[in-house]
Amino acid sequence: MSATAPSRLETVLERYEPVIGIEVHCQLRTVSKMFCGCSTAYDGAAPNTHCCPVCLGLPGALPTINRRAVELVLRAGAAIEGTTPPVTRWDRKNYFYPDLPKGYQISQFDLPLAADGRLTFDTSLGPVTIGIRRAHLEEDTAKLIHAEGTDGGRVSLVDFNRSGAPLMEIVTEPDVRSAEQARRYAEELQLLLRSIGVSDADMERGQMRVEANVSLRPVGTEPFGTRVEVKNMNSFRSVERAIEFEIVRQGAALDAGERLTQDTRGWSDDRGETYVMRSKEDSHDYRYFPEPDLPPLRVDPAWLAEIRAGLPELPAARRVRYQAELGLSAYDAGVVAGDAGATALFEATMDAGRSLDSVRPLDAVRPLDAVRPLDAKQVANWVTVDYLGLRNAGATGSAITVDPAQLAAIVRAVGEGAVTRAQGRQVLAEHAETGASAAAIVDARGFRQISDAGAIGAAVDAVIAANPAAVADYRAGKAQAVGFLVGQVMKSTKGQANAAAAGAAIRERLDGAPEAATPGDGAPSGGAVEG
Amino acid sequence: MTDLTRLTALQQAGLLRSGEVSSRELAATHLDAAQRQNHALNAWLVIDRRGALEQADAADARIAAARAEGPAALDALHPLAGVPIALKDLVSVRGGQATAGSKILEGYRAPYDAHITGRLKDAGAVILGKTNMDEFAMGSSTEHSAYGPTANPWALDRVPGGSSGGSAASVAAYHVPVSIGTDTGGSIRQPAALCGIVGLKPTYGRVSRYGIIAFASSLDQVGPFARDTRDAAALLHAVAGRDERDSTSAPIPVPDAWRALPAPDQAAASLKGRRLGLPREYFLDGMEPGVEARVREAVRALEDAGAIVEEVSLPHTEYGLATYYIVAPAEASANLARYDGVRFGPRLGDGDVLANYLATRGQGFGPEVKRRIMLGTYALSAGYYDAFYLKAQKVRTLIKADFDALWAQGFDALVAPTTSGVAFRFGEKMADPVAMYLSDACTLPVNMAGLPGMSIPCGLSDGLPVGLQLIGAPWAETGLFELACGYEAITADAPWRAIEPTALAQADDPAMPTPRQRAAALAAGLVG
Repeated sequence: MSATAPSRLETVLERYEPVIGIEVHCQLRTVSKMFCGCSTAYDGAAPNTHCCPVCLGLPGALPTINRRAVELVLRAGAAIEGTTPPVTRWDRKNYFYPDLPKGYQISQFDLPLAADGRLTFDTSLGPVTIGIRRAHLEEDTAKLIHAEGTDGGRVSLVDFNRSGAPLMEIVTEPDVRSAEQARRYAEELQLLLRSIGVSDADMERGQMRVEANVSLRPVGTEPFGTRVEVKNMNSFRSVERAIEFEIVRQGAALDAGERLTQDTRGWSDDRGETYVMRSKEDSHDYRYFPEPDLPPLRVDPAWLAEIRAGLPELPAARRVRYQAELGLSAYDAGVVAGDAGATALFEATMDAGRSLDSVRPLDAVRPLDAVRPLDAKQVANWVTVDYLGLRNAGATGSAITVDPAQLAAIVRAVGEGAVTRAQGRQVLAEHAETGASAAAIVDARGFRQISDAGAIGAAVDAVIAANPAAVADYRAGKAQAVGFLVGQVMKSTKGQANAAAAGAAIRERLDGAPEAATPGDGAPSGGAVEG
Repeated sequence: MTDLTRLTALQQAGLLRSGEVSSRELAATHLDAAQRQNHALNAWLVIDRRGALEQADAADARIAAARAEGPAALDALHPLAGVPIALKDLVSVRGGQATAGSKILEGYRAPYDAHITGRLKDAGAVILGKTNMDEFAMGSSTEHSAYGPTANPWALDRVPGGSSGGSAASVAAYHVPVSIGTDTGGSIRQPAALCGIVGLKPTYGRVSRYGIIAFASSLDQVGPFARDTRDAAALLHAVAGRDERDSTSAPIPVPDAWRALPAPDQAAASLKGRRLGLPREYFLDGMEPGVEARVREAVRALEDAGAIVEEVSLPHTEYGLATYYIVAPAEASANLARYDGVRFGPRLGDGDVLANYLATRGQGFGPEVKRRIMLGTYALSAGYYDAFYLKAQKVRTLIKADFDALWAQGFDALVAPTTSGVAFRFGEKMADPVAMYLSDACTLPVNMAGLPGMSIPCGLSDGLPVGLQLIGAPWAETGLFELACGYEAITADAPWRAIEPTALAQADDPAMPTPRQRAAALAAGLVG
């Protein structure tokens, strides 16, 4: 089925335009729960160890607002350029389920903390801006665990550790037009929320849950078709696959003259298809009404201004700056800005490169005026290829630590020819693994490149003397013979010679031209160290 | 020796400080009275003799330590230290029951203290037990308790009012000098009136609701019952004030004046020049003539003492009942959703989620609670919300504006009947919910407006107590206390004040039928 889906998708898209809205629930990065003081660090904890009368919905318990959670939603609202009303309030959403201890969820109905925002991101067909209708705050439910009882029968257990954790719901306008846009929106939103410290937004850990409302309308028409809500998409890939599946399914149904029903459907990653979870007939009347246990929330304009002013550089702006000011390619800018770890390492390495400290580890005698900014493209290359490569090669979830000052030293040393690119890569890997300094690793491994004219000259002289045939070839016009001779120099110096310097010294000797050997990209050679 | 149970809380406090009596003696004497009469009154759902005596011993130790330390340490003790008290059975006390008068909370043990419980423990008050109430505070007679009705100490075939009927009856019957009730539409003031005692519903936000089983969140307030104003003020002082755990509790300072209200002659003198409004809408058609007479006599007595009384109008009063019976049930329909049998209380059914809900809630709630859940659910339903709930909120604003206009005109307080009739017989209003709802017609507008309201005894009609309601501006409890103290001073020698509840001797008789038996007999038409 999946093999045929793309082509069927294309035929559906010839006749129908998908209209998609995305709802995202995110757990917020708070220390305590939304309406009580219980800790949110319940991951991996024994069931029902992070709860109290409030989040258990015991008789007489009352909610109090977590200011930090409100602040995080306001921050998210500011980051999506949303507006915050002067007064918002809380509402009760009423329904019965064992994971909802009070029989209602405290949420926000008609006055969300943020409204009318937008998010811009790139797709394979160019940049897209999606309108965001609202971002509001609510509480999470408990977790139901279906298990086998001691008598072998089915039992349902409730773990209230998650009950009452703060949850932000972000709802887009029905602006999304493709499965790819939906995936990219979710990815960009995750990046944004992480970069402003609002949510860890890990989909696999349920910290970010994406739902999509999908409908089709004939190309060129305005009215919306019957929409289907798709849930249970547990990765960005499944968001894209599920929506593609729905577009194809709905298109086929419409072509067959079927009436679509306003269902809620689940996505099965294994089967690669959606299935009916709930039909519209079962839809709830949530009987929203203002929460009488909480007064309306007045957002102090000064507080809001402070939150806006405190926003860090957002990913979209960062990508623009990387390209415009640092000369990174669009691809590199996207990769560096698209990963919080990469961004942090890149920024910190560039910073460290402006300091003398980035020089000293490998070159204690270099004068201060020799410290020039690192080449951003080189740093980006180290970060995107080597750092991300090391990180992705490690066990899932295992963090690797790279000290930006050490990376700066490595980048500079390679750039200046003090060590080779391949050696630099080994130094970085060992540093990431052991935390040892670049200088110590270089010393221990004997990686110092020989760039000194005297030392190289001695090796070159010996090689010329030992390889008369190659010398003759060169003098006969075979320029590539230099390569062989350089190889011999590298061999005799155990790979530590600066290849460029060795080549220059060979040509100098054979051509008789008095040309100084200069290492790397033209840095002063006076202080280069001996191996 | 004087009967310790006849002393006010502050008088008991005086004896405790002077060392003439111990908290243990006070507790034991009051426990004896409660245990002796509960058969006939059913005012208590639990009398915790052992726990109370332990608390009393602890209070005695505190008082002894303070006495040893000196007069300043004794003064620093709260007036209620060592004094017996009763709590309505919807106040959470760690480790104890809190049934809210419902079967659905049978067996539930609160794992935490309500805010006011903590405050009372801090003050050193001795909690003797928990009192009977209409299920989830929904009712005006205590007949809607799942644990049988409470009898009125003035007439054992009559109700004590409700929903805080047990708390009112326990104070009227001298089982405790003071008790805690809650008032959502009149549930403190109406039983106070029907039992001939003082009851106060504070300004909304004055007392934390944390740990109080909710009926209607925007209306519920905790308040004191007492046999005089000073005791009521001392108890309110102990429990009032901002609590971070209740976002609707207000950061308004609690006046220390409540611990020491003016002396009687001073209070009487302070009535002079007080501007009081007499809302004409509170004298309802069908009001009992004896009740109206007592209220008008009380108003005249205040005027004679120098108060300036003017008839005023609260034009939206007639919409109060209808509005209340949308707002309160709507909030209750959500507040009571947590009683699902999942985490506490009995769980009935065969294991299927829906079947469990239906069985647990179907059998756990009584008919009045179900009626209100249905009313509230309906009022909030899609398509009806605007016509009912939203409209009711708008009318509520108008009701509040009626009062605000009077405060703006400079009235110090309003004086009105608390109820239009005296205590009624068991069963009299059970068949007609609307007749029962009308019992609160004069009290519920005060909840809708969030104001402080007080009922104080003002005489008897046909041998049964009549209540005078005093209504103040937000946070004006002090003014109500002064007014009530003044009225108590000018009527101190009134013959009716010397009359004790007339059924107490009967209540001592172990052969008396229980209130449940009495109510059943009345329902069967066996007793006239």
